[in-house]
Amino acid sequence: MSTVFIALQTNEETRQIVEAITQDNPQAVVHEQPAMVKIDAQGKLTIRRETIEALIGRDYDLQELQVNLITISGNLDQTDDEMVLYWNA
Amino acid sequence: MDMQVARKKLGLKERYAVMTRGLDWTPSYQKMEDIYPYMSYEGIKIHDWDKWEDPFRLTMDAYWKYQAEKERKLYAIIDAFNQNNGHLNVTDARYINTVKLFISGISPLEYVAHRGFSHVGRAFPGAGPRVACLMQSLDEIRHAQTQVHSISNYNKYYNGMHDFHHAHDRVWFLSVPKSFFDDAITAGPFEFMVAIGFSFEYVLTNLLFVPFVSGAAYNGDMGTMTFGFSAQSDEARHMTLGLEVIKFILEQDPANVPIVQRWIDKWTWRGYRVLTLVAMMMDYMLPKRTMSWKEAWEVYFEENGGALFKDLARYGITMPKCAEQIALEKDHLSHQAWSTFYNYAAAANFHTWTPDEDEMAWLSSKYPNSFDKYYRPRMTYWREQAAKGNRFYNKTLPMLCQTCQIPMIFTEPGDPTKICYREVDYRGEKYHFCSDHCKKIFEDEPEKYVQAWLPVHQIYQGNCFPEGTDPTVEGFDPLAAVLKYYNLESGRDNLDFDISEDKKNFAEWRGQATRNI
Repeated sequence: MSTVFIALQTNEETRQIVEAITQDNPQAVVHEQPAMVKIDAQGKLTIRRETIEALIGRDYDLQELQVNLITISGNLDQTDDEMVLYWNA
Repeated sequence: MDMQVARKKLGLKERYAVMTRGLDWTPSYQKMEDIYPYMSYEGIKIHDWDKWEDPFRLTMDAYWKYQAEKERKLYAIIDAFNQNNGHLNVTDARYINTVKLFISGISPLEYVAHRGFSHVGRAFPGAGPRVACLMQSLDEIRHAQTQVHSISNYNKYYNGMHDFHHAHDRVWFLSVPKSFFDDAITAGPFEFMVAIGFSFEYVLTNLLFVPFVSGAAYNGDMGTMTFGFSAQSDEARHMTLGLEVIKFILEQDPANVPIVQRWIDKWTWRGYRVLTLVAMMMDYMLPKRTMSWKEAWEVYFEENGGALFKDLARYGITMPKCAEQIALEKDHLSHQAWSTFYNYAAAANFHTWTPDEDEMAWLSSKYPNSFDKYYRPRMTYWREQAAKGNRFYNKTLPMLCQTCQIPMIFTEPGDPTKICYREVDYRGEKYHFCSDHCKKIFEDEPEKYVQAWLPVHQIYQGNCFPEGTDPTVEGFDPLAAVLKYYNLESGRDNLDFDISEDKKNFAEWRGQATRNI
């Protein structure tokens, strides 16, 4: 399977988001680079609203991710509850 | 950010549908083809525009909200940067030349992208893509503006940026990025979307922004890093739309596949040639290196692009053929480009220099197959000559490639000792090319590319001197006249970094910032 990735700015808002992503995606590999965090995953990566909410202790709208997003790779499907990156092949 | 999240009455999918569907109507007294005149001539067939969907499902109300948040964050940091003389915190003053390259080479393209997306948004009959193009058009003008605002602080202290847009439209090497975007916006709307939305944004943008932005982060440039990240958050959306565009067009009709493939082949190569500037920036201009051009190409194109084209194989789309040649060039591209700019430092709006011993050791380790053998001797020789007072400035104008407009500096694929020349006879004129790919692009659309405004030709024709210049007078100095036309001051904005005002001022100001004098 090909690798999908998401890169986020390194800051106080994304610290727990990165934690949520690693909780939900055991296959994810986190690379901490200057000022940014790049998370690679084989085939698929799922970002779940509920996991983030549990960690930050407040309601969260997945579209807030726009503010701290640097880049992504893969096909995307976003709903109220999940943001999924995936390759078909 | 501590945003209050009100639970919406409609789910994301429903909200997106309400905000992007049923907004248009069927005209009764005008013909569709008169309202949307560019929809058929490229040969692309669209049967159902509603099949287009933004996978982020971003609607205009949410767009304004998040963009406003990004702007607040950005301007808070720009203020802090300026108030604290942030420009004195960069690694060393050579770094500022990457900012000069960015403001004169890249920022004006953001503005052209704004115009391009406004234009194609108007040209598409589907409401979904129109909304997406509207957002991207606004993003692009935001990028142009925020880059000008951030970099204006450097312009207060350093040379070469004072008239960046004037330079963009005139300076010889800036015709490379300029003509790339001019080529895209003068294509049809579908080709523009494949060129910019897909080939540039999806396949190549990571190689433009991530190196510039992480380069800024490594080199202590908080201002550039912040606008870069702010723009990059929009880029993630653009990339997603770029991929969506391709899938949408390919799914609409099998007859679209060969047309799209030709555009992908063309624009991947066109974009790659523009990235030559980024390659040399990464390998030679950042005092503190992030990763080499070769490594960046391997991660972001070979690995990530490989995954992308594997995914698109189900439509019958294949990896552009030029990827093979690019793989052969990756050991050479940045070295050949920097050598050229070192040569032409008298005619550029930034400074160049030879790498020091540590930097050459880094280049050897990153390019074990090419640097020591082909390029170290050249750099060492130039450095020795400069030390003896013979800093070489090439004042002979180079031959340019008719398609990419880069001087004919690239070597034969597989033979780095031989310059690659290609030519085509067309209607009694001879045209020159740097590669088989640029030649093929010309042969597919000669009527377009014969019109190219090639800076070297224009200088020789006398079109790049200030008004009233008489090139026939005794002792006429063509380079001096061209620099005046560029609005660059010779001896201040150009030449070697070592003798620059930038270097001297930076050292002095940094000294003042750390001592009581």
